[in-house]
Amino acid sequence: MSVPPLKVREEMVRRIHAHGVETYPHECCGALLGHDGEGSREVIDLLPLANRRDDSPRNRFEVTPDDVRLAEKTAREKKLELIGWYHSHPDAPARPSEYDRDHAWPWYSYIIVSVQKGEPRDTTSWRLHDDRAAYDAEEIETVGHS
Amino acid sequence: MAVKVIIPTPLRAYAGKQESVEVQAATVGEALAALTGKFAELKKHLYADDGRLRSFVNVYVNDEDIRYLQKDQTAVKAGDTISIVPSIAGGARD
Repeated sequence: MSVPPLKVREEMVRRIHAHGVETYPHECCGALLGHDGEGSREVIDLLPLANRRDDSPRNRFEVTPDDVRLAEKTAREKKLELIGWYHSHPDAPARPSEYDRDHAWPWYSYIIVSVQKGEPRDTTSWRLHDDRAAYDAEEIETVGHS
Repeated sequence: MAVKVIIPTPLRAYAGKQESVEVQAATVGEALAALTGKFAELKKHLYADDGRLRSFVNVYVNDEDIRYLQKDQTAVKAGDTISIVPSIAGGARD
């Protein structure tokens, strides 16, 4: 099964990279706010969040339910939807790990940026299958301001 | 007793695309059983293979996390709202 591309405003890609660099060698995380329509999805804004995994921030991230509710509220206030999440993989590829899959929710888009030696590299996006067994790669289509 | 269960966006596709579902229940456990009885597809996203709620699935009665109440034995009364709230986790290496 393939999923339509995820449109992401250029500035948001830059902000995700900057967040990953800022928290390196720890993982960064945040919410993707935008619109989800029939066959198209677009990231318009971000809500950077604190990584709550103080015990293992180099290879784990966590967003608490309170932060999830904050992200939903922020999206509503901006007349957007909470459509997914981003996080960084410091010195690791921008591919979902088994741990990512085990903890993922369906429907959300998961953007991963690989940060190698403090420099942002590949950026990918993924969506979990309905049966939780695997991910679909979601092509990122960078768009300018409309 | 009729209670409302709020379905988080990622799970709405498995609950008839509804934002909330009304079920008859006296406890949180009964409400979730009624919900997954109605919408069997929800089960694998809410429960792990051992039958327990997945660790990143959080359940609130009105605004209280059931972990600080009586968990799935928490009593509910007519008009209460049960919310299923995700927490999000992941990471680079297994």
